[in-house]
Amino acid sequence: MNLDLTEEQEMLRTSARDFLTKECSKTLVRKLEEDEKGYSPELWHKMAELGWMGLVLPEQYNGMGMGFMDLVILLQEMGRNILPGPFFSTVVLGSLPILSAGTEEQKKELLPKIASGELILTLALTEPSARYDAAGVQTKAVAQGDSFVIDGTKLFVENAHIADYIICVTRTKKGTSPQEGISLFVVDARSAGIKCEVMPTIGADKLCEVVFKKVKVPKKNMLGKLNEGWDILAKTLEQATIAKCAEMVGGQEASLDMTLAYVKERVQYGKPIGSFQVIQHYCANMWMNVETSRDILYKAACSVAEALPGSASEVAVAKGWINEAYKFVTERAVQCHGAIGTTRDHDIGLYYRRAKAGELAFGDTDFQKELVAQQLGL
Amino acid sequence: MDFQFTAQQEAFRQEVRDYLRKELGPDWRGGKTHEMFNPAFSRKLGKKGWIGIGWPKEYGGLGRPHMDQLIFGEEMLYGRAPAAAHILAQNMVGPTLMNVGSEEHKKKFLPMILSGEVVFCLAYTEPQAGSDLASLQTNAVADGDYFRINGQKTFISFAGDAHYGWIGVRTDPNAPKKHRGISIFIVDMKTPGITTRKLDTMFDHTLYEVFFDDAKVHKSCVVGQLNQGWYYITQALDHERVFMAATIAGYQRIFDEIVEYAKSTKRDGKLLSKDPIMQQKLTEMAIELHVGRLLGYRLAWLLEQGIVPFSEASISKVFTSELEKRLGNLGMQVLGLYGQLQRGTPQAPYDGYLEWEYRFSPMQAVGGGANEIQRIIIAIAGLGLPR
Repeated sequence: MNLDLTEEQEMLRTSARDFLTKECSKTLVRKLEEDEKGYSPELWHKMAELGWMGLVLPEQYNGMGMGFMDLVILLQEMGRNILPGPFFSTVVLGSLPILSAGTEEQKKELLPKIASGELILTLALTEPSARYDAAGVQTKAVAQGDSFVIDGTKLFVENAHIADYIICVTRTKKGTSPQEGISLFVVDARSAGIKCEVMPTIGADKLCEVVFKKVKVPKKNMLGKLNEGWDILAKTLEQATIAKCAEMVGGQEASLDMTLAYVKERVQYGKPIGSFQVIQHYCANMWMNVETSRDILYKAACSVAEALPGSASEVAVAKGWINEAYKFVTERAVQCHGAIGTTRDHDIGLYYRRAKAGELAFGDTDFQKELVAQQLGL
Repeated sequence: MDFQFTAQQEAFRQEVRDYLRKELGPDWRGGKTHEMFNPAFSRKLGKKGWIGIGWPKEYGGLGRPHMDQLIFGEEMLYGRAPAAAHILAQNMVGPTLMNVGSEEHKKKFLPMILSGEVVFCLAYTEPQAGSDLASLQTNAVADGDYFRINGQKTFISFAGDAHYGWIGVRTDPNAPKKHRGISIFIVDMKTPGITTRKLDTMFDHTLYEVFFDDAKVHKSCVVGQLNQGWYYITQALDHERVFMAATIAGYQRIFDEIVEYAKSTKRDGKLLSKDPIMQQKLTEMAIELHVGRLLGYRLAWLLEQGIVPFSEASISKVFTSELEKRLGNLGMQVLGLYGQLQRGTPQAPYDGYLEWEYRFSPMQAVGGGANEIQRIIIAIAGLGLPR
């Protein structure tokens, strides 16, 4: 057992925190919520220069060759600063499945450009059925000569409106189980037949509806093997769920910090409200949630990073807990702030909304509990 | 980062598990507070060398690291092994004596603690000094080579069985701050002037009131320095904390039995485990237990790094004690009407353990520093909120 971060990880954390504090002000966050693109190309470029997009990619693809746990540390800082933009969709949802399942040709073509910040990617999995499981995948891909033709509607696709490539999850065969017969394609987002629309959401996170109408994709763009795409996806979803958890833990930390600062300085009845026991209890409860969320995140992240048996269960437990913890912490944070906390001018609302968005991503608490129930053999 | 135990640690876990199974028998279902007090079993553990496994070798312990102590504690609790007769002496009395005790105290008490022969009771709380412990009024007044003790303690576990009392008393009523005038004494419970009276609890455990009526004890009964008692009380928690880190293991045992019951019991023709509402409750508890266990691992890890996990220990205490109440309720819910049956009823599932657990579960959030106080400690000491 070793529950400390390595020195390199501590350094990564500090440098990421410093960078984001300086480069990603809440003014910028607010501006980007209203912005059509939803990200700052200038900031994106600077992040690429730091090597962040290639953090977990091997050096042969111009990456930094670091591990999943390092990515978790970085995402925690991004969540702390609620960094807007396509980092998550490009790196977690895009580069990780390509790295694990892509052909050498696909990797050589795409990964260095991801590392350099030239490409934005996303993953199109969910559909109007709004499920993260294989049964929800109805979008069809049918072979036609050297290509496949994709037809269907994807919903809640993050940053599809600015993506260069969309990894589209399709059904290529009606299998004996929902998992069988799923294939993944790396689709050029500018292909004819793709219509994309951003949907306003609680997290202002540029989730899109993407309609595929007779979209032709070359066979060589298939990611992994025909009909065997779900295995790739299952791994990606585990990683993505933990990555989301990392953001959510960072968000909790920031919400608690902001609240502590506020209750120490806000004076009522001639005393800082932080000296009142009821507020102290709220803050203690918030901290308990932050502390527990952090360790549950790290434990699950270790399991995923090392592909330990039982990692699926660890991930479900972590997400189930962190979903509720982030909501709890932000709700208490708003309460401690009083009326000012409910205004658009105040930062805490940014976190309050993201906590709910985070819960919904990759499975809400009920979804995770169902997975835990399966693991318990209920 | 790495959350896994080493092969050596796993082997130690297995060794403890096997030993307890052998000594307690495969059908051992104990675990209620009064069953946990078993001096004969304590002596057996002492003989095996398993009291004070974390104590330094120079004092006769095994010098095992905190992680091993955690593992040992987890197995003891999961196995519901009786430890109440020696646990206080092992976790509180011994370590404090090692740190601040006189040679005489060390020589006299440490070996008998390790052999499991001696029972201590811890007597701090008074009728007017619960959460506000530093305002305790039981006083000891010097009288030549002796002290005369007067006052009353209450809610004291095992006072009726204990050979010695580990008591906090006021020795300087004029100290500028009330916690600077407190000393710790070790008193022979048979001392004339010390009497006890039973206070039965709703969880079948007997607490005691302890009365001191001009009890005359020699000045050598003072632990460490006079008037340093408050410091000893608050600093003596290290070994206690590592034991606390293992708490969840006992709850895990309860939960495993609840799940087993749900998987094997039909209600309205359907397995309980297939009921969606039941599943919700069980999975929620599974997640909480996972969280609680990690809190314990973090505690043990910090201790192993030589860090005093002050706030973390409070967090763990609050979390696990409140979890226990939810668990007690869940257990009875799963058992339905059968949940209310008490031990000895043939129809009582798990021999009525869960019925008892429900009665017992409020105790942890109240004792050992009420959770309200723990939260204030977390807020002030941990988060830096103003007083």
